[in-house]
Amino acid sequence: MSRKSEVFVVGGGPAGLSAAIVAAKLGARVLLVDDNPMLGGQLVKQTHRFFGSSARDAGIRGISIAEKLRMEAQAIKKNLVVQLNTSAVGFYGEGEAGILTPERYEKVTYERVIVGTGAVENSLNFENNDLPGIYGAGAVQTLMNVHGIRPGKRILMVGSGNIGLIVSYQLLQAGVEVVGVVEAMPTIGGYLVHASKIRRLGIPIMTGHTIVSANGDLGVTGATLCQLDEKYQRVPNTEFEIICDCICLAVGLSPLIELFQQASCKMVFVPELGGLVPLQDGNMRTSNPRVYVAGDASGIEEATTAILGGRIAGARAFESLHGPSSDAQKIVDDAAGELKSLRSGSTGNRIRWGRERVTQEIASC
Amino acid sequence: MNLRIEEHPILVFKKGRKVSFTFGGKKLEGFEGEPIAAALHAAGIRLLRHSPHKDRPRGFFCAIGRCSSCMMEVNGAVNTMTCITPLADGMTVNMQKGHGVIEP
Repeated sequence: MSRKSEVFVVGGGPAGLSAAIVAAKLGARVLLVDDNPMLGGQLVKQTHRFFGSSARDAGIRGISIAEKLRMEAQAIKKNLVVQLNTSAVGFYGEGEAGILTPERYEKVTYERVIVGTGAVENSLNFENNDLPGIYGAGAVQTLMNVHGIRPGKRILMVGSGNIGLIVSYQLLQAGVEVVGVVEAMPTIGGYLVHASKIRRLGIPIMTGHTIVSANGDLGVTGATLCQLDEKYQRVPNTEFEIICDCICLAVGLSPLIELFQQASCKMVFVPELGGLVPLQDGNMRTSNPRVYVAGDASGIEEATTAILGGRIAGARAFESLHGPSSDAQKIVDDAAGELKSLRSGSTGNRIRWGRERVTQEIASC
Repeated sequence: MNLRIEEHPILVFKKGRKVSFTFGGKKLEGFEGEPIAAALHAAGIRLLRHSPHKDRPRGFFCAIGRCSSCMMEVNGAVNTMTCITPLADGMTVNMQKGHGVIEP
């Protein structure tokens, strides 16, 4: 069995869903696949309010943004086919992909593909880092905010970036005791507004510390921490144990890029964007002209920028098939303006530098 | 302490009907449609397998079907990712040996 689409979108998170909505509304025939039973990607577990921008989703909870995008997609009566519980398992040749639905393996043919596969959580090297009871921050959110189950009774958070701080607060909301937040850097990684919120509730943030080991035989019963010096070396004789039944790792994400590699897209390693990402032309088109990228797969940021990047990818993919369109151009201009303001300021510096590297280098490839 | 959240300041959890399943022959209860690993976790079970090479205890890690840490034998099918496989009434869930054995 084979399916034909003009624009094939992989991933129904904020990026892919936005790209699919834009491309379908402009008039392209779109097939969207996602391996989850529900659209929305990782927004479905994000209960915190987004900073967003004045024009988009400021002060709205992630779960509500997901709902808004789902409604928008549902309102599209033609051009958009959504296939859930389905993985894109590989790209073959030019314009062919394999998808695995719950029933069967199928071939998809497409003119353009927009890959919004998102990211996978990083682990961290320490003794016993594979014990049951050690979870990624996203896993904790899934268990707690989607399925209504606490990860444990007493949890240690590793990492004080925004995810570590926000999930610590969500753990408190769910009735879990957070015994502390460990941070290797000398300063807190995330925004002060998030850090202050959990500090006021009595959670210690231990900067200049690291986790030496997870303790326990068949599952976590505690963790050994120690101080780090200014060169991030362990300070001898500073180890101490914290009693906890689980450990949450909030130590960053890596873009999911296997499909780009299968499509022979040129890749570049950009630490500011979370690792290996495809080069793109500033309009989300990769070095393989059939392939566009959107969302965390193009570099780790957050949902609002993923939505905007997805809108640009959807509009440009449409134009590459149907020619220039003033509607598409307006979508791109608006999104580019919002992205510029979201990435402005000192906190956006790293992202801007990373983005410049990804988009500059394509000119020479 | 019950690991299931009864009250939450923001969220209301809609659960499927209560169903029973077995884990290692022992009868347990969970809610239809929630991931098998979540139902096991709520029942106090977080050791889901032993690693194939060094026999180390493993639970789930990513909970979104990416890391392969949660693979178990479900209704005889080995290497089932229990963190994304919905629970159904009467399921038989077992720990698997190594990479799992498929009977010829």
